[in-house]
Amino acid sequence: MEYFLQQLINGVTLGAIYGLIAIGYTMVYGIIGMINFAHGEIFMIGAFVALISFLILGVTGGIPIPLVLLIVLLIGMCLTAVYGWALERVAYRPLRGSPRLAALISAIGMSIVLQNYVQLSQGARVKTLQPVIEGGFKIMQSGNFTVVLSYMQIIIVIVTVSLMAAFWTIIAKTALGRAQRACEQDRTMASLLGIDVDKTISITFILGASLAAVAGMMVTLYYGVIDFYVGFLAGIKAFTAAVLGGIGSIPGAMLGGLLIGLIEAFWSGYFSIEYKDVAAFSILVLVLVFRPSGLLGRPEVEKV
Amino acid sequence: MRQDWFATLKESALTAAVAAALMLPLIGLYTSTKAGGLAIGTRWTELAIGVVLIFLGRFALLRIQNGDRLIPLIGGAIVMIVGFLLPLPNGLLTVCCIAGGAIVFLRCCLAWVTGNLGLEAEKQPIAARTQAFLKKYGLWLGLAVLVFAIIFPWLPFVDRRFIDLATLVLIYVMLGWGLNIVVGLAGLLDLGYVAFYAIGAYSFALLSSNYDMSFWACLPVAAMLAAFLGILLGFPVLRLRGDYLAIVTLGFGEMIRIILINWVDFTKGPDGISGIPKPTFFGLSFSRRPPEDTESFHQFFDLQYASVDRIIFLFYVVLGLALLTNAFILRIRKLPIGRAWEALREDEIACRSLGLNPTNIKLSAFALGAMFGGLAGAVFAARQSFISPESFTFIESAIILAIVVLGGMGSQVGVAIAAVLLIGLPEWFRELQEYRMLAFGALMVAIMVWRPRGLLSFREPTLRLHDDDSGLSR
Repeated sequence: MEYFLQQLINGVTLGAIYGLIAIGYTMVYGIIGMINFAHGEIFMIGAFVALISFLILGVTGGIPIPLVLLIVLLIGMCLTAVYGWALERVAYRPLRGSPRLAALISAIGMSIVLQNYVQLSQGARVKTLQPVIEGGFKIMQSGNFTVVLSYMQIIIVIVTVSLMAAFWTIIAKTALGRAQRACEQDRTMASLLGIDVDKTISITFILGASLAAVAGMMVTLYYGVIDFYVGFLAGIKAFTAAVLGGIGSIPGAMLGGLLIGLIEAFWSGYFSIEYKDVAAFSILVLVLVFRPSGLLGRPEVEKV
Repeated sequence: MRQDWFATLKESALTAAVAAALMLPLIGLYTSTKAGGLAIGTRWTELAIGVVLIFLGRFALLRIQNGDRLIPLIGGAIVMIVGFLLPLPNGLLTVCCIAGGAIVFLRCCLAWVTGNLGLEAEKQPIAARTQAFLKKYGLWLGLAVLVFAIIFPWLPFVDRRFIDLATLVLIYVMLGWGLNIVVGLAGLLDLGYVAFYAIGAYSFALLSSNYDMSFWACLPVAAMLAAFLGILLGFPVLRLRGDYLAIVTLGFGEMIRIILINWVDFTKGPDGISGIPKPTFFGLSFSRRPPEDTESFHQFFDLQYASVDRIIFLFYVVLGLALLTNAFILRIRKLPIGRAWEALREDEIACRSLGLNPTNIKLSAFALGAMFGGLAGAVFAARQSFISPESFTFIESAIILAIVVLGGMGSQVGVAIAAVLLIGLPEWFRELQEYRMLAFGALMVAIMVWRPRGLLSFREPTLRLHDDDSGLSR
């Protein structure tokens, strides 16, 4: 029971991070119908920006930790958002209206570029950050196994939930969200009705990148270990989460992220840690066999 | 798009500002490991030079678009020379400097020669001319390339490394053609093609190391195993479309790699398998001193022993297999099954209502594509004589897919050209080691932006109802 609870806590934390990245995938997919393969790399850049800002603020010293967290969060979101914007501008916008595979290849190319760019500029070594926030609540104890809910995990879940709520409000209530949903349904019609489609797509990328930046900061804080390659697997997992939940659907991305996190945590807790990725992918295949458009996705209508 | 100087300057300044924001955290600052944790360092010079370079580059490209040729030409040349001569603080900057200058320079020359400003409308005639040219001389061109490939190892400037590289390129050509069946013809997006490549390589490696089977005996087995796996993967994904299919195949590729790493008893895990034998020439090996009771190639034909023989032979083996693949695909496209693939790609519902069975069509595409992947894998194992799961990462799948898409899907010649471009060129610039992958990715993006439909991108209908309506093709 205690072990189960601990894995549940770990799984939810991991799922929150995956969910944040998955939203970026699902939004971009919803609006321009392409897999933004470089999104995992944006997440990795977010992690690096967070690491560097932490080091700078840490060097100065004397600033209370919550303030440091807030500053790092803002810096990370802003700088990473520029990357998201530039990515769309350079690699995707010229390809709008081209075959979908062209955009996919361009995205894969961009992902290779970003990975190597960070490797060259920051070095290939694994970067280790000393824990900024330590400790946690001891929830339960039996024998010598203690269930710990660390402060970091609480922060991750709280930040994720509040960001998702804020994000949800943007999509559901504001003019920007309406424009976005309009572009999602029909880009030509939206532009005829006076919506600046280019701008809306740019903003989508900016939003997605800033959420990925938050996820990057969380990973930096939570695990304390990052390298230039961290974006690949996280990106794949988050994309799996987006597909699992039904790509294009934002609640689906959150649900998918949570599920993938839980599957991973429980599988590595009860079975084997080596095969946790295999488990995640197998479940994805199983779900897709029975629900080909994901858990919350709308089934594609076949038109003749 | 024509703008005056002031607007150009403003635009370039904006680009430079964005670039500064992009480079500030990752180029301007860096982390280094020191005792007791990480330290932060600054590289303001690099940052400044980078921003200036981007400003100049953007400005020059905008000027070219406005019809200005001379100033950007001279500017590009100057930047290139500066890159060569001035010892910049960072290798990457030198590379960027030279490459950026060269791009501007070449772009100017191109604009000067063709009077082309790079606008969309002006690209069309070039594409049409290429198409007409290829249609007219395509057969002769193919023959010329074939003859060149056959005499290639005996050309005077070709050395051992070059032949080895050509073998690798041919392996990728084969992989590209194999994936072309799945992606180009049947229209099923497969991001895990590397799984079949791995299966082919591992079946040969394991069969030869455990049961002492020869290359030629393993080749069909490897192909069959890969095809079988293709069918196995095909079954669960039959109902999926587009991107769902893409992610499942990607997951499949990763699963195979994870299993290869973790099933240590069987595959030797991350250490890989070494000592894989080379193919033999009808039982004659290519070693200097063959084991007792056997003869080696040079003894049998009474030749001087040359270690390069083995590499040349492998080159011909791969060339033969590649030609076989090509012939097979060209033929099968004319058979009902090949037609069915293309029909399925265009419209699944129409396909079904005409009585075709999508299940069989998709499975056959997966199986045949996988089969060629398996063949290429076996050859790859023979070439390397050492394989490990490291060689079968997702990036390989991406490279193969890039070859297919860059070549223009469905075009056999295009795939071959793209393979030479993507595999051959970067290998050639080995000296730039660490910048190789960066350039590779940039090349992928650049080609896609420049020609979104691939290098040779016209798709002729394979079959026409009336022969005289050739003007109507898209």
